[in-house]
Amino acid sequence: MSKTIIEVKNASVKYVTGDLRNIGLKEYLMKKLTRKYEVRSFMAVNNVSFTVEQGDMLGIVGNNGAGKSTLLKVVTKIMQPSTGYVKVNGRIAALLELASGFDGDLNLKENAYLRGAMLGYTREFMDKKYPEILEFSELKEFEQRPFKQLSSGMKSRIAFSIASMIEPEILILDEVLSVGDGAFREKSEAKMKEIIQNGKATILVSHSIAQIRRMCNKVLWLDRGNQIRFGETAAVCDEYELFLKTGVLPTKES
Amino acid sequence: MIKQIIQKMKQHQFLFEELVKRDFTKKYKRTVLGMLWSVLGPLMTLGVMALVFTQFFGRNMEHYIIYLFCGNLLYGYFKESTATGMTALYDNAGIFSKVNVPKYMFLLSKNVSALINFGINIVFLFLFCIIDGVSFTWKFIMLLYPICCLILFNLGMGLILSALYLMFRDMKYLYDIFTLLLMYLSAIFYSIDAYSQEVQYLFYLNPIYVYIRYFRKIILEGTIPKFSFHLLALAYAVVALIIGAVIYKKKNYKFLYYI
Repeated sequence: MSKTIIEVKNASVKYVTGDLRNIGLKEYLMKKLTRKYEVRSFMAVNNVSFTVEQGDMLGIVGNNGAGKSTLLKVVTKIMQPSTGYVKVNGRIAALLELASGFDGDLNLKENAYLRGAMLGYTREFMDKKYPEILEFSELKEFEQRPFKQLSSGMKSRIAFSIASMIEPEILILDEVLSVGDGAFREKSEAKMKEIIQNGKATILVSHSIAQIRRMCNKVLWLDRGNQIRFGETAAVCDEYELFLKTGVLPTKES
Repeated sequence: MIKQIIQKMKQHQFLFEELVKRDFTKKYKRTVLGMLWSVLGPLMTLGVMALVFTQFFGRNMEHYIIYLFCGNLLYGYFKESTATGMTALYDNAGIFSKVNVPKYMFLLSKNVSALINFGINIVFLFLFCIIDGVSFTWKFIMLLYPICCLILFNLGMGLILSALYLMFRDMKYLYDIFTLLLMYLSAIFYSIDAYSQEVQYLFYLNPIYVYIRYFRKIILEGTIPKFSFHLLALAYAVVALIIGAVIYKKKNYKFLYYI
């Protein structure tokens, strides 16, 4: 029997939204007084259970708003499940929305170090790997430029290069298998495959069914927070593709 | 608990250093003038206030410049530390919504540059003391006590304000008004001796005034305040810190909803 790396059991995440975002105190008081203050909470993830074992590559599919990103946030401990539990055995590296979170006023090197620090690297590690990162990203001549002067493609290239230096045990990918243009895309995909092979387990969120079929051995299908299916890739993907065509959700798991 | 915190700090030391570096670079825009400005600013404020109150309002207290400097120094540190700390969470929302890092790091890093500014300015205070002929005694060592209290108090207020700012975006304007009021209530440029004893005690409700008073007692009067005064100074710091810490602890996972 193989070792369980991630165990998610009956996890639900309540998400609160509505007037509490972007509100001022004046507005808040006015709305409270006129009883128009409205806060909605809903289950972004509702009673989801799955396990990832050593060597597994789990694909997560579902429409926008299905709760995929929220689920990843729970696994990476950015959010807490309201009920149920999440157990993780191993060091996680999550590559969520690569290009955001950089600072426009800092130059490439400073941003690289900051990002490295956020990903939990040590300074020694960064000192050692920085030349490699720079070389991989092919952006050496832009090293001293403020980040805001770089194109978005360049930003995701450097982001990918930094992130790809990790040797995580568990890798979480949100739509980022490869970035950039032609040659760089191939290079980054090859690098990513190398990381996946060296790690214990991987979770991949993708809208490309072909990619999921090619790479994953398990698939979790979410729809509006609910778990529709969890199982072998071929079976779940077939059903999911049928759903995409017809728009009819299959009946409860048999 | 403390051991845990230290261990966590060690683990995140690199991130902390990088955050401090970032906040510094952004603040001073890589210019020498930027650095200089943070010293010149308070000194110029001091100059203006000294001019106005000695020339127009005819204050002629002994060592009035030092009296003024003590007030400005501590109030200025409080204001800078909390006003910059206030946006710490909001500014870094893009980071903590994607990576699991302890959220108080952002506040700590913003506090560092305010603290360094404070450190530079305090050197100027001592310089002024020499020029103005204030005699130094061993009691000056005791200034470390209100400084430590104020650092903790600022941290606590920073925690509270940064959480509030995340919830209510117009907090900044309200806070500006509040700090203006606080400035007038802190007896920075006037003396409260003319008031009755009861009113004078009311001033102790203002933590900033307590810290300023401590400084003036040591520097201008050469006396160490009573023990109860020490307790009061510490109490303000501890209470602010506890409230802030509780908010962060409770809201840790809920901050996400506000951005």
